[in-house]
Amino acid sequence: MLSLNENDTLDENEIGEVEPLIAEIDEAVDAPDRMRPAIEFRDVYLSFDDKVILDGVSFTVKKGQTKIVLGRSGSGKSTIIRMILGLLKPDAGQILVDGEEITGYSEPDMMSVRQKIGMVFQEGALFDSLPVYDNVAYRLIEQGVPEDEVDIEVKRMLRFVDLEEAIEKMPSELSGGMRRRVGIARALVGDPQIVLFDEPTAGLDPPTARTICELAIKLRDLQDVSSIFVTHEMNNLRYLSSEYATVNDEGQVVYEKEGEKLCLINTEIMMIRDGEIIFSGKDEELQRNKDPYIRRFIHGT
Amino acid sequence: MHSLLRFLSELQDVSLLLWQAFLSLWSKPRYLGETIRQMDYVGVGSLPIVLLTGFFTGAVLLLQTFETFQYYSMQNESGRLVATSLIRELGPVLSALMVSGRIGSAIAAELGSMVVSQQIDAMRALGTDPIRKLVVPRIVALVVMLPLLTVAADIFGLIGGGVVASFMYNQETSVYTYSVRTGISTSDLLGGIIKPIFFGLIIGSIACHKGLNTSGGTVGVGRSVTNAVVISSIWVIIFDFFLSKLLQYILDIGRL
Repeated sequence: MLSLNENDTLDENEIGEVEPLIAEIDEAVDAPDRMRPAIEFRDVYLSFDDKVILDGVSFTVKKGQTKIVLGRSGSGKSTIIRMILGLLKPDAGQILVDGEEITGYSEPDMMSVRQKIGMVFQEGALFDSLPVYDNVAYRLIEQGVPEDEVDIEVKRMLRFVDLEEAIEKMPSELSGGMRRRVGIARALVGDPQIVLFDEPTAGLDPPTARTICELAIKLRDLQDVSSIFVTHEMNNLRYLSSEYATVNDEGQVVYEKEGEKLCLINTEIMMIRDGEIIFSGKDEELQRNKDPYIRRFIHGT
Repeated sequence: MHSLLRFLSELQDVSLLLWQAFLSLWSKPRYLGETIRQMDYVGVGSLPIVLLTGFFTGAVLLLQTFETFQYYSMQNESGRLVATSLIRELGPVLSALMVSGRIGSAIAAELGSMVVSQQIDAMRALGTDPIRKLVVPRIVALVVMLPLLTVAADIFGLIGGGVVASFMYNQETSVYTYSVRTGISTSDLLGGIIKPIFFGLIIGSIACHKGLNTSGGTVGVGRSVTNAVVISSIWVIIFDFFLSKLLQYILDIGRL
């Protein structure tokens, strides 16, 4: 992410310092590893009985990019992330995760792919019988990580979602927003480079929904995580496509609006209708789009 | 779908689930702690209802038959009837039906709720195989604990019969116990332990299958629970007939 103010002027010495920096950034952006998409769908089809769920869907999510998937309930948007995790298999087409084709993978093969992915479910999907600590630690405990390392990681993740005080609570004692945040902490354990959000703000009040979006922004801008954010709420779209996270001089994470200092290039929007992609591009293009369905969707009329 | 096709499809799914569970037994990870927890829940938790069922079944068997035996002057053989019926048939079947009601319903409800609240998906997303983590411990617990519960039900049934014989018909305890001992053969005992192993497999696999295939929200969970109990109970009774015939053939049970 480049952060140069348009009004700033640089003297010769400063230009000399900035040039190698830009070269380093270009090199990093063009590195072969970064050029490989984090997620790629190639002409994917899926149907249940006679109902077509996905009809030739193709898209890519680049490294460090957030793809916001919009669509009405039942349009097939959640199906996409279930397929990335291998919870559903396509009838035709290819799905690649971090360059690895997973389409024909069996359940045991998928286990190693799933280690790279964090998934945030709609209602949190916390394990009711386990306290918050064990929920967040679940993946590490299953991998047999030593207890003291698990402890450090769980506390770090709960600090990230600002829920350290809930460590001993049971899921039934948490509010809806807290459950989602614990779900995010659980998904982020092990620092996955791909995070999938399945309507994480559904049914939440606006301030809590904002908190969830801030966590997604923080992951995108400060941790270079690639993500798919499935939603049908336009507020989420506004936050994710117009704000970015940065760290101020005091070391605190702050959220700033794009435009003054930089233009967000790591967020794209994709709209699905009846299993087909009807829009793909930036938020400005979405706002300018003349398609009556898209206009009705984004303006809620 | 045609009901026969639906039945065959279900049978195939349950068989596949059992096969996958069987294969999971031979490789890591194994969830021993979860298996022991399930054994405690299935075994210790079901003990009171199974003991009560056994006791009163034995008691009512003697109550209903003693006078008929007396009519033929064979009252000293009444313990034989209680022992044979309980150990060969009623102990295994009634214990299985009680466990199907208590544990089959609990398994279907728990797994069904986990499905509708996406906890099973979350488990898979976090790299855990739900068959290893949830299905195997439950089936193993049922297969190990149901025979033990059956033995306990048999013993309490025999005690129940003895109590009725002694207190209601003033039969000497030694007469009753002698008649019980002569009524039981090693083959009977063996058959009475082999049957619940298969009943445990039936209850566990049907309840897990119904739970894991729940759809339609909380209503779906209710439907899965009902189906799990009804179908596993029916299969226990149907399977009991064929298993009895097979055991008669293999162990030579029932020949005088």
